[in-house]
Amino acid sequence: MKVILAGSGKILYYLARQFSRRGVDVRVVTPSEDEARELSRRTGAAVLAGDATDPRVLYEAGALRAHTVLALLPNDEDNLAICQIAGRMYRVPRTIALVNDPENEEIFHQLQVTTAISATRILSLIIEEQAGFEEIARMMAVGDGAVSVSEVLLREDAPAVGLPLKKLTLPEEALLGGIIRGDKVLIPKGGTHLQAGDRLILIAAPASLEAALRLLTGEESR
Amino acid sequence: MGNKTSPSVVIVGCGRLGALLAGELSREGARVVVVDRFEAAFAQLDAGFSGFRVTGDAVEQRVLRLANLDRADCLMATTEKDTVNLMVAQVAKTVFAVPRVLARVYDPAREEMYRTLGVETISPTSLSAGEFLRRFAGEASRS
Repeated sequence: MKVILAGSGKILYYLARQFSRRGVDVRVVTPSEDEARELSRRTGAAVLAGDATDPRVLYEAGALRAHTVLALLPNDEDNLAICQIAGRMYRVPRTIALVNDPENEEIFHQLQVTTAISATRILSLIIEEQAGFEEIARMMAVGDGAVSVSEVLLREDAPAVGLPLKKLTLPEEALLGGIIRGDKVLIPKGGTHLQAGDRLILIAAPASLEAALRLLTGEESR
Repeated sequence: MGNKTSPSVVIVGCGRLGALLAGELSREGARVVVVDRFEAAFAQLDAGFSGFRVTGDAVEQRVLRLANLDRADCLMATTEKDTVNLMVAQVAKTVFAVPRVLARVYDPAREEMYRTLGVETISPTSLSAGEFLRRFAGEASRS
């Protein structure tokens, strides 16, 4: 399998490094000659200096044999062009674009970019949802923000402590994916009793998240 | 362009080409809105221009809404950057349902692909090359 990363800056470096380490056949395209040399030295990946919005450059990077192209440049218009050229001209099956303006996410989908990720939107979603719930240790948005996965700490006074899971009526679109107790991970079953200090992995749709958190922690969001 | 007496045109990019088009269309009686990222660019507009100016990055849909793109009969994307023109043209077609959309594209290699996506493109490179060749042929036949 082959992945083309087109972009610049830290995100490009860390992704290139991660893919290289995992043994993925990765090609990197970055506009500056200096950055290209530096990246190739530090990551060991094959790096090409050039403008990835130019069809010839993508061709040279091996777009015809790539299964995924990631467009990570700072401008939305460039990332759209990269994905469209890859998808239309070189039939790359999967194209992923970083989007700055959250409003552009929708249009990227309409214009056949497989996945458009707006860091702005995901981050603001996390901040909005997390505001008020101190027990949430970690949260991430998945499926373009359609679902979130959170790690919730149960304090001693939390209403869910001592209850078997079957007594816990979570909202429709919420689910406990696991219970971390000490250094063990328990698979939630109906008879599992929750204990103070448990860390719960909560999977929920945004609409059900707040109700689920209230049920488990007793906290009102502020 | 519809039943309206004066067509309404949004021009993205107020460089030499955009400013020239804005002035011409304005004199012909069209309702023109010019969009550019930089306020200073509007200095290129000549005295005959009687339309509106919107400062902002046209890659943002918010800016295109400010330019009343939803009511435009035509969008002309004339910035110096191909990828901006191509994105704005596609957004104008798909989101704002603008009946006529024209985009300047310098790189002929890109132009071809965008034509398959339904964007009407104008390539100065191809146009100039054609003109050079036409005149050269005229010259050659004369000698």
